[in-house]
Amino acid sequence: MALAFDEFGRQFIIIREQDQKSRLRGLDAQKSNISAGKAVARILRTSLGPKGMDKILQSPDGEVTITNDGATILEQMDVDNQIAKLMVELSRSQDYEIGDGTTGVVVMAGALLEQAEKLLERGIHPIRVAEGYELASRIAFEHLEHIAHKYEFGETNVESLIQTCMTTLSSKIVNRCKRSMAEIAVKAVLAVADLERKDVNLDLIKVEGKVGGKLEDTELIYGIMVDKDMSHPQMPKQIEDAKIAILTCPFEPPKPKTKHKVDIDSVEKFQTLRQQEQKYFDDMVQKCKDVGATLVICQWGFDDEANHLLMHRNLPAVRWVGGVELELIAIATGGRIVPRFQELTPEKLGKAGLVREKAFGTTKDRMIYIEHCANSRAVTIFIRGGNKMMIEETKRSLHDALCVARNLIRNNSIVYGGGSAEISCSLAVEAAADKYPGVEQYAIRAFADALDAIPMALAENSGLQPIETLSAVKAQQIKENNPCCGIDCNDVGTNDMREQNVFETLIGKQQQILLSTQVVKMILKIDDVISPSEY
Amino acid sequence: MATGSLFKDEATEEKGERARMASFIGAMAIADLVKTTLGPKGMDKILQSTGRGHSVTVTNDGATILKSLHIDNPAAKVLVDISKVQDDEVGDGTTSVVVLAGELLREAEKLVNVKIHPMTIISGYRMAAECARNALLEKVVDNKLDAEKFKDDLMKIAMTTLSSKILSQDKEHFAKLAVDAVMRLKGSTNLESIQIIKKPGGSLTDSFLDEGFILDKKIGVGQPKRIENAKILVANTAMDTDKVKIYGARVRVDSMAKVAEIEVAEKEKMREKVQKIINHGINCFVNRQLIYNFPEELFADAGVLAIEHADFDGIERLGLVTGGEIASTFDNPESVKLGHCKLIEEIMIGEDKLIHFSGVAMGQACTIVLRGASPHMLDEAERSLHDALCVLSQTVNDSRVLFGGGWPEMVMAKAVDELARKTPGKRSHAIEAFSRALIAIPTTIADNAGLDSAELIAQLRAEHHKEGSTAGIDVISGSVGDMSELGISEAFKVKQAVLLSATEAAEMILRVDEIITCAPRRREDRM
Repeated sequence: MALAFDEFGRQFIIIREQDQKSRLRGLDAQKSNISAGKAVARILRTSLGPKGMDKILQSPDGEVTITNDGATILEQMDVDNQIAKLMVELSRSQDYEIGDGTTGVVVMAGALLEQAEKLLERGIHPIRVAEGYELASRIAFEHLEHIAHKYEFGETNVESLIQTCMTTLSSKIVNRCKRSMAEIAVKAVLAVADLERKDVNLDLIKVEGKVGGKLEDTELIYGIMVDKDMSHPQMPKQIEDAKIAILTCPFEPPKPKTKHKVDIDSVEKFQTLRQQEQKYFDDMVQKCKDVGATLVICQWGFDDEANHLLMHRNLPAVRWVGGVELELIAIATGGRIVPRFQELTPEKLGKAGLVREKAFGTTKDRMIYIEHCANSRAVTIFIRGGNKMMIEETKRSLHDALCVARNLIRNNSIVYGGGSAEISCSLAVEAAADKYPGVEQYAIRAFADALDAIPMALAENSGLQPIETLSAVKAQQIKENNPCCGIDCNDVGTNDMREQNVFETLIGKQQQILLSTQVVKMILKIDDVISPSEY
Repeated sequence: MATGSLFKDEATEEKGERARMASFIGAMAIADLVKTTLGPKGMDKILQSTGRGHSVTVTNDGATILKSLHIDNPAAKVLVDISKVQDDEVGDGTTSVVVLAGELLREAEKLVNVKIHPMTIISGYRMAAECARNALLEKVVDNKLDAEKFKDDLMKIAMTTLSSKILSQDKEHFAKLAVDAVMRLKGSTNLESIQIIKKPGGSLTDSFLDEGFILDKKIGVGQPKRIENAKILVANTAMDTDKVKIYGARVRVDSMAKVAEIEVAEKEKMREKVQKIINHGINCFVNRQLIYNFPEELFADAGVLAIEHADFDGIERLGLVTGGEIASTFDNPESVKLGHCKLIEEIMIGEDKLIHFSGVAMGQACTIVLRGASPHMLDEAERSLHDALCVLSQTVNDSRVLFGGGWPEMVMAKAVDELARKTPGKRSHAIEAFSRALIAIPTTIADNAGLDSAELIAQLRAEHHKEGSTAGIDVISGSVGDMSELGISEAFKVKQAVLLSATEAAEMILRVDEIITCAPRRREDRM
């Protein structure tokens, strides 16, 4: 196969060391790829929805992660298969773009692949299937826009935002206190949101966790929290109306970038050098003091001598503060980050109403709170929880909720959750399929079937009869012409998602459909897999 | 069909029932492991490290046992983690939290086997935990206002905590030590100001609380051994040659004479520094870093007591105790706060000489000197005392107190049982299971004491059917006793933390339906 002949009839080899490579071609290759994709989707299928289960993932170093978040599961899974890696990428890009729905997008892609396999067996060309999917996804995309609702909210009316965040959180372990979590997420996003530009910079929200206490103790701090303590144990633990000097230069004599040497060859030089050195320290502290700073936050460490001088001059300091935190502090306090002592001026100082050090538990864990800042555009969410894994999972869940709130601020259209949007799309695609002549019609119908997979998985995870429930809901949607009927996962008694207050963002759903279609198209187009064999 | 594997070679994946089984079994195995250490008649474990020397630890402390285990089962790791957190947060109840989580999972397994969905169990557990907490809240006693009674409470709590440890023989003695130490803190939870010094020799009863501060250091040769009305300078500075901190500086000499000159200059510099320090008007100088012979001699000449190489905690504590500040520069003697104490002297404990600072300005700090037959014994005694101190300091802040001896569990179980009867639906099974898991704790305590647990628990339950009962297990006499008479108390904060984190952990493990273990990272063979 990999042999070719040149114009003189001599043979040459295109792929070297043929017998050492494994190779799959044609339908076999497609089927193998499809089954790999399906296998990934199958893993995630059970964690979909409010009754979805978690996974334990053990990393190569034995670290344990317990999570329900699709993107995290796939990322930690350390897959080896190429196609499986594509699926991992898929969920990651959903995570970057939208932040939520990472599980759904993979389940959707898996369902599309499953349907494609059937069509391939019937002898339909993969490209035609791919094209059919493309058409169908466009129909679904438009239909989603059609059934979406605009949701009005303002600074005071945030109920709708909270409801949407609650939908996201309900599938996570934090659903015990989803209401308070959702409120925290919404408040945090609103605090940093630029409502005119309709944009939110999530970097301004810092999520910090500390084990101990209980989940209910999680709080939103209008300010910054740093996991550091005062550099000198005897510095004051609480500063009111602090003026903060934010420094990125160390409290040390300067280190010029160019190489140089100071030669000491006489006693006088030795002594002047010493005096110079002392003066440096003194000057640095004096400069901070001169501009009126009452707290120094430094990116670097400082020498014992400098430390004592600061303490001595009654100038509390925090050292080894990370770059990101430093930026956040600068934003929150309205200060400027100062790279050189010479450039310190009073207007570059940040202002905060209260800076305090707080101790936790019986060990000597301390954190510094910077609150009542001049500009409360940077906030911190402080998570407490029973153990480390719980906190990690809560962080991930809150990240999802924050993303959802941000998406709503960007685009306030929502669709109803609980699988209702998928069912409605499925009906629309099914109806549209008949209008297309040609083989694509089959692919479009298959797409409609694939859309059913998500409500089906939801029903299955909630312990309902999947087929029975789905067909009942579908019939209801057509009969009542109501796109809000979904799967009643929590056994509330109604399957009208409007009454249950289960919302999802429109862009999140649209992105799910687009991304999964794209990846499936890509997988379908592969007809040759060449991989180096093992050794 | 040649699909190829999804994962790397050595990765394993376990699904559904099998995954659940693996996590349940792992968690229960851990719980069973520490189960026998629960209660006043619980047994200890010997832990031998795999490191060099195979050092041996004998302990009864749940957190210490679990910390030292190498565990592969992910669910078991969750339990180890909660025990660690419990240790950090409240200091005690590290065993109970693991046992309760294990029992919750054991009950959950039974329910899963009769085909109840884990999510249903979780929601039942949540309701039960909330209800149990409220039941406890109703029964707490708060004696914050009555200082006398409060101290009594603290004493009882300390005794209860210590009774399960190696110190139980002398628990009254140690409880008094711990309470005295914590009362001195006046409400702060900063246990750093309580120093524990371990000295082998003597017996446990020889341990004592010292109101001053003891530093485990020797006094330099030729320096005064006893100073009255000491003025102390606490410092953190290099007392060898000062490093030149200007970048790129180096000493370049061209003759031996120059070397000598520089040496003289260096010495001169040191002499100056010492002089500056002495100019503070001190008669005791404590440095965190080494003091070289030369400056030491200078100090001795000036009649100043110089103590070198005190560790960082020691320095901080000393600063706190004597009210001095930790200095690193010595140019402004008038503004450096010096520490004061009435008397510094060298004392002997056993064979060792220690420096004793008494009559210190700040009354917060104190030192507990532990004596005991062997280092293992002392280590365990320290851990036990640490537990007691933690619990007490937390109780000072949150002064709500409950009875012990299985009483809180029975109260919770009763409330949870009532809730189960009122709740319709499958959840009531889970709630019932929760109450069974709660009862498992007194059962274990009774079992460990070699008592007839079934009989005792039945009696206890009947006793608790009455309103306002204070019955619990009296392990000493082996019968149901009145906890208020026996003086067995526990801190509310500990019980609450046990209840909440055990439920959280159980919930977490219950939600799992798949375990994916990545291939272990390959270690490169270094030849």
